[in-house]
Amino acid sequence: MNRDIAKSRQRRRIAAGVLTMTAFLAVFVTPFIFILFQAVKDRRAANRLEFSWPESWHFWENLVAVIEARNYIVLLAFFNSTIITVASVTLLVIFAAMVGYVLSRRRTRFNGIVMALVLAGLMIPPAVVPTIWVLQGLGLFKTIHGFVLIQVAYGLSFSILLFRAFIATIPRELDEAAIIDGAKPLQVFFKVVLPLLKPVVVTNIVVQSVTIFNDFVNALYYMPGRENVTVQLTLFNFQSQFSSQYNLLFMNILLITIPPLLVFIFFNRQIVAGMTAGAIKG
Amino acid sequence: MQQKRKRRSPYPTWFFLPAAIIYGTLFLVPNIASLWFSLTRWDLFTAEFIGLANFRQFFSEPFLVKSILNTIIYAVVTSGLKTVLGLLLAVLLVSPIIWRGALRTIVFFPVMVSTIGVGIAFTALMHPTRGAINVALENAFGIIGPGWLTDPSLALLSVAFVDIWKGVGLATVIYMAGVVSIPQDYYEASRIDGATKVQQFWRITLPLVWPATITVVTLSLISGLRYFELIWAMTGGGPGFASDVVASMIYKQYQAGFYGLATAGNVVLFILIALIVLPMTWWFNRREVEA
Amino acid sequence: MTNLRILATASTIALLAGGASSQTLSVLIDEAPESAAMMEALTAAYSAANDGVSFDIEIRPGGGAGDNVVKTRLATQEMADIFGYNTGSLFQALNPTNTLLPLNDIPNAGNVLDSFKTVVSDADGNFYGVPFRAAMGGGIFYNRAIYDELGLSVPLTWDDFIANAQAAQEAGYTGVIQTYGSTWTSQLFVLGDFFNVLAAEPDFAERYTANDAKYATSPAAMRGFEMAQQVHDLGLLNRDFGAATFEDGMEMVATGEGAHYPMLTFAIGQVATNLPDDLPNLGFFAIPGTEAEPNGLTTWMLDAVYVAATTQHPEIATDFVNWLATPEACDIITEAVGVTGPYLVSGCELPDDIPQAVADMMPYFETEGGTAPALEFLSPVKGPNLEHFLVEVGTGIRSAADAAALYDQDVEKQAQQLGLPGWN
Repeated sequence: MNRDIAKSRQRRRIAAGVLTMTAFLAVFVTPFIFILFQAVKDRRAANRLEFSWPESWHFWENLVAVIEARNYIVLLAFFNSTIITVASVTLLVIFAAMVGYVLSRRRTRFNGIVMALVLAGLMIPPAVVPTIWVLQGLGLFKTIHGFVLIQVAYGLSFSILLFRAFIATIPRELDEAAIIDGAKPLQVFFKVVLPLLKPVVVTNIVVQSVTIFNDFVNALYYMPGRENVTVQLTLFNFQSQFSSQYNLLFMNILLITIPPLLVFIFFNRQIVAGMTAGAIKG
Repeated sequence: MQQKRKRRSPYPTWFFLPAAIIYGTLFLVPNIASLWFSLTRWDLFTAEFIGLANFRQFFSEPFLVKSILNTIIYAVVTSGLKTVLGLLLAVLLVSPIIWRGALRTIVFFPVMVSTIGVGIAFTALMHPTRGAINVALENAFGIIGPGWLTDPSLALLSVAFVDIWKGVGLATVIYMAGVVSIPQDYYEASRIDGATKVQQFWRITLPLVWPATITVVTLSLISGLRYFELIWAMTGGGPGFASDVVASMIYKQYQAGFYGLATAGNVVLFILIALIVLPMTWWFNRREVEA
Repeated sequence: MTNLRILATASTIALLAGGASSQTLSVLIDEAPESAAMMEALTAAYSAANDGVSFDIEIRPGGGAGDNVVKTRLATQEMADIFGYNTGSLFQALNPTNTLLPLNDIPNAGNVLDSFKTVVSDADGNFYGVPFRAAMGGGIFYNRAIYDELGLSVPLTWDDFIANAQAAQEAGYTGVIQTYGSTWTSQLFVLGDFFNVLAAEPDFAERYTANDAKYATSPAAMRGFEMAQQVHDLGLLNRDFGAATFEDGMEMVATGEGAHYPMLTFAIGQVATNLPDDLPNLGFFAIPGTEAEPNGLTTWMLDAVYVAATTQHPEIATDFVNWLATPEACDIITEAVGVTGPYLVSGCELPDDIPQAVADMMPYFETEGGTAPALEFLSPVKGPNLEHFLVEVGTGIRSAADAAALYDQDVEKQAQQLGLPGWN
């Protein structure tokens, strides 16, 4: 009898799994297959927008055509996006960790105000045109470094919250031990605390990298000009450029899906773990 | 003489400084400035004070009021469905079904992909006559599919559907963590008392994932209110103005060179978000205290 | 065409790789395929003749979105060295005195016909643009094969036009093609009907600029909106009208899927390039009014090529633009996309062998009083949202009367931003 119950439970697990997998494949995976098919078809076939197996595979041809388009702007875009992402995330992680650390360790009257400002950053939409005006005033408009600072400004709130929640779980005694040993604040931070923050640092790096790499609207507003193209802007502009060349358009989509895919493969576990830790503790 | 030298704190205030400078200059200052500039006719170089004329113009155009409505609809629909589906999927994916690991990976991947890319792909799939969705409907079921993005009553909801497709993985992951942190004893005890799965869900799971619910609802509601990327990529606010939200209206006004008007729109968006999210957050915190 | 593209790319790369002294000019043009074809041919020819100069061509959307892109890029000082854009009121909205290089001193200034110069000049008499592509008319393309098959003749009244469209619809073709996937195409009924508006109210343009005449209160002007509504209400549209694009539209009317497509005549070039076999089937007539007389064509002054004031290469840019005002350039355009209408550079002649649609168009130009300029050349007032309102009308969301009233409101913003008298 027990064996029968166990067996039926087993069968239910398998059935549920198969059903779910079928549904998930249909819902979540087919659009990516569509993108892939479109990217390798020739122009006429792709323009029909059918979900069909490609009659002929033009992967290399289409890839080369996209990369060459408009004087290799795709390469420039990848270059810019990479620099922006790396620079922004680096600054973001360090500055946010510093704030999260002091916020969580030190109880001052400031804390209330700071937390309110941080939450404001999550909620309040940036005032775009005045931001352009400020950037112009500072000579930072249309520059990559200006844009990096913008991404940092917009990403601080989220990262600070994640850090604060996580640092709260690190016992104070560790800092105090280091201080008694004569370490200065910066040393305490970088040598003792930061290494222990590795999980949340990784989460931050991964999440913010993807967010900044995929950011479109901010680039649209703050980064006009050919030398300032980012990967998302290029894709958006290719909609008019390749308005009757869907194969090339989708090849570009495929290209810009690769970096997040790589990040995902390598950091899958950390993302999930870190996100949920910060989220649940709030 | 008293040795009252102040002990150098290991948590110095100046740690706040780099973040504060960047955040202050590039986020706070512009937002405060927007309150002034929204009262002017502005061309980025000269600003002519015109009082509340921008706001009057903003609210006198019927499709701008509609865009506020659209913003709310979009935010509520996407947030609501992401929350509900996220929880259901989370419960499914922590239960002992096979291929759990792969399923979790599959559901989360769309979160990582470019919004523009997703928008373009789904626009192609939703083409009224050539798109794969309608073609499949016609071939398999003989139904003539509607114009998902060209029918004014469907356009916004179609984009919302794609938004949910893309974002539900995040909600699921957050909920999964919440669900697994519920001690198994509760379930054991209830099973001894004869509770069904459904009852277990309503009486145990749902209340105890409350922190996760707060997070998911807040995050998805704010993002639904603020972001127009997907709408821009898929319909451009169309057909006509049917899927315009406040953020896309602001962008159009910016592009047309009406900078004062665009800034006034930003102020309106700010107020709109604050009016919705602040009371909600306050209510959540109260319930958490009680719970 | 492909050969020219390969040539352009090859020469671009070769020139880029070659000289340290080479200069690259950036060019921004609209997304219509023939614009790219023309510009590629022109830039290739110029590069071939001028060592060390290469071009990087960028595409922007057309219609209102394109207007906005151009305005924003000029405002943020991120415009390409050279760009193609409309003339007339849209040109005025660019604030040309501050954003463009004047071309008064180019050697070929005399080649540019005065009638053209008036639509690319500022108040001080400086002119800024050189003609790009041919003069165009806004009317209705029709498929001659369908007309032959059904025994239809070119309609001289709107009711005749509707009757023809219905006949085509019953025979299984699309009566009237609309392509709201390219939102700018929705404007043709309103803008292309202006000849008939002027016939009814000759002083409409002046009164419109003075905030006196309105679309909502002028029955003649409102016709355009009503036409858009009528073709939708009568069910004459193609099934995918909401998502079809401009390229789809031209393909449908040229290949005979649909009978009529309201469009500007520059599109002839596209058919000449992509579907040359169907070119003889493409016919054209002006939008008919309520009465058979007078019947005439609303014309658009050609687009122009401008030089941005922020260019880093003013001499080369000006020289290229100067070369565009020569018969040689006209011939290259003719070779690249065929003839699409009369040129406005003196010395440019049309060959004997012209496409059917152009042959249909020429009589309007050749008859006294057969043409009238579009409103945007007689008045600087044009709002940014006309195309969206017309998409609403054509989709059945909004009535013609409401859309006209809303557009009148929309226009106020632009007029105020321009500081026109009488609008505050």
